Amino acid sequence: MSHASTATPRVVLETRDVTKTYFLEGIEVNALRGISLTVREGEMVSLMGPSGSGKSTLMHIVGLLDTPTKGQVILEGEDASTMSPNQLAELRNRYIGFVFQSFNLLPRTSAQANVELPLIYSGVSAGERTRRAKNALERVGLSDRLGHFSSQLSGGQQQRVAVARALVSNPSIVLADEPTGNLDSRSGIEVMAMLQELNAQGITVVVVTHDDRIARHSQRVVRILDGRIQSEEIVRDRIPAAAELRDLPAEEVAG
Amino acid sequence: MNFLESIRIAFRALAANKARSLLTMLGVIIGVAAVILLVGIGTGVQNEVTGSIEGLGSNLLFVLPGQYDAAGGGQPAPPSRRFTIDDAQYIERRVSGLDAVVPVIQGGATIKSGNRSMRVIVAAATEKGSDVFSANLIDGRHYRRSEVQAASRVVALGASVVKQLFPGQDPIGKSVTIQGQRFTVIGHYEAQGGGLGGDQDAQVYMPVTTAQRVLGVDDIGTIIVKVSDPEGIDRAKADILRVMRPRFGDEITVFSQEQTLGILSDLLGTLTYMLAGIAGISLLVGGIGIMNIMLVSVQERTREIGIRKAVGARTYDILSQFVIEAVALSVMGGVLGIAIGWGGAEALSASTPVPSEVTLWAVAMAFFFAFGVGVFFGVYPAYKASKLDPIVALRYE
Ligand SMILES: Nc1ncnc2c1ncn2[C@@H]1O[C@H](COP(=O)(O)OP(=O)(O)OP(=O)(O)O)[C@@H](O)[C@H]1O
Ligand SMILES: [Mg+2]
Repeated sequence: MSHASTATPRVVLETRDVTKTYFLEGIEVNALRGISLTVREGEMVSLMGPSGSGKSTLMHIVGLLDTPTKGQVILEGEDASTMSPNQLAELRNRYIGFVFQSFNLLPRTSAQANVELPLIYSGVSAGERTRRAKNALERVGLSDRLGHFSSQLSGGQQQRVAVARALVSNPSIVLADEPTGNLDSRSGIEVMAMLQELNAQGITVVVVTHDDRIARHSQRVVRILDGRIQSEEIVRDRIPAAAELRDLPAEEVAG
Repeated sequence: MNFLESIRIAFRALAANKARSLLTMLGVIIGVAAVILLVGIGTGVQNEVTGSIEGLGSNLLFVLPGQYDAAGGGQPAPPSRRFTIDDAQYIERRVSGLDAVVPVIQGGATIKSGNRSMRVIVAAATEKGSDVFSANLIDGRHYRRSEVQAASRVVALGASVVKQLFPGQDPIGKSVTIQGQRFTVIGHYEAQGGGLGGDQDAQVYMPVTTAQRVLGVDDIGTIIVKVSDPEGIDRAKADILRVMRPRFGDEITVFSQEQTLGILSDLLGTLTYMLAGIAGISLLVGGIGIMNIMLVSVQERTREIGIRKAVGARTYDILSQFVIEAVALSVMGGVLGIAIGWGGAEALSASTPVPSEVTLWAVAMAFFFAFGVGVFFGVYPAYKASKLDPIVALRYE
């Protein structure tokens, strides 16, 4: 649908006819029924659809956390279909940053240590880790919360730590599954602002949401229904989250 | 991820659950402390016993009536003839290169002084007995040749006997009654501590001829031979057997000091291994405790494992994290156990007559065994953790 007239950016992520079938007590559940999707470098894409349409399943598969029943997932030109769990772990570590609806931070672990986690597994030295984690937390506005445990942070702050963790390893793509789902509207917009900012700096972003308004923060919306791509459209009046924040009533102090 | 990082993660996890970590370690602590303490006692007893035998000198031969097998085990058939003092004198006359040939009787008796009494072991020999018994005289004298010939009722007392009968007094010149007969005390010995065959300090020493009368026997138990030159011990042994053959045939056995020592230390060594084995079982139980807690911990931290995998932890990273946690538990337990076991052994030998000696070997063994327990019992839970499907782990609640 999106045919750029000038030089097309390269493909970061591609799925080819991906299906996912679960068997629950003998009953077949076709969560995905042949998804072919292409995401190019620098794009911000929303996957939208009603509950149970297969958005999370798709995101887990393109995030290499799960494997498709049929079809191929190609990340940065590498076909993940035939890879071992360890190879997948390395690809996730190198190319992907995750933001989950339920934050998924390590409990009883400081914000800084949480952000350092991906760097530990890519073998970055302790000093460099600290530097980069602090830098990432600064980018999400949490310089003053380095030592706080997740239990000592608000939901919005926790999600910002998760965003910092996703960007700390300079991934080529950030995958966010309902990143605003557990947040009040202001925190949600803040998170969207950060994702937009990341995207502006060149990182590809995929956001899963069932909220039309959240979806309109992206450049492109892919609608999923019943495990199939129903339609794709370019967002005409894209919402700039930063401007949206400025327009919010001032008494709602964030952070 | 490097190894140091795994160690840091493991220790952080253990510190987050201090009480549980400590209780889990307790199994290993008790197991290792038991190993160290019991092996320490075993080694201590072994050293003391062999030491007290070696103290007798390396050039002794023990001549016994009857046929013992080479290893010294098994009960001999009752000898058809027992030794007499004459047999000892016969060896002395016929075999050259011997310093002393001492006929020995040992038997139980009751000793009394006034209204105090005590069960003692009578150790009776000739005047050369002092060459083959290890006790040292503190005061007085040993019985003389003339007293052996005359079967005089003179006696020298072991340290415990003096303590029991004459507390705080000089026993020399006092009279005592042994099996109803009056004796004069001529000397007493310094304390030696417990040893083989009970308390050597509870012995009384008297001429062999006197002992025969007091105990009502006319034979003797054994003949102890002291060879002049330790090099000549095998020759002396062969000579004794040859000389005695016309009298005893094959019904005579000569043990060298070395043989006796070998038999004993084998026996005590086996005993030490048994103690170590029993204590080792409790260490094993401690290991099962570690496995149990690690399984619970893996279960509880399923989501953590999912998060780690999502951001790039490989199978190996998760495996090593949990194995290191288990090993850290067992090694810390091991170190604490060694400290407690060692302290216990020191306290025991300081405050009781039970000897104990903690060797570096035992400490090293206990340490590596504890380490091994951690690896062995940690691998299965860690393997389970490392094999978790990332998406299943992330969804776990
Ligand atoms: N592990 C599983 N086992 C069996 N069925 C599953 C499993 N995971 C998902 N499904 C099914 O697959 C379908 C798609 O689920 P998915 O979680 O992808 O939906 P979703 O679009 O993310 O919905 P929501 O907006 O509610 O998060 C659902 O019908 C769901 O029941
Ligand atoms: Mg979902």
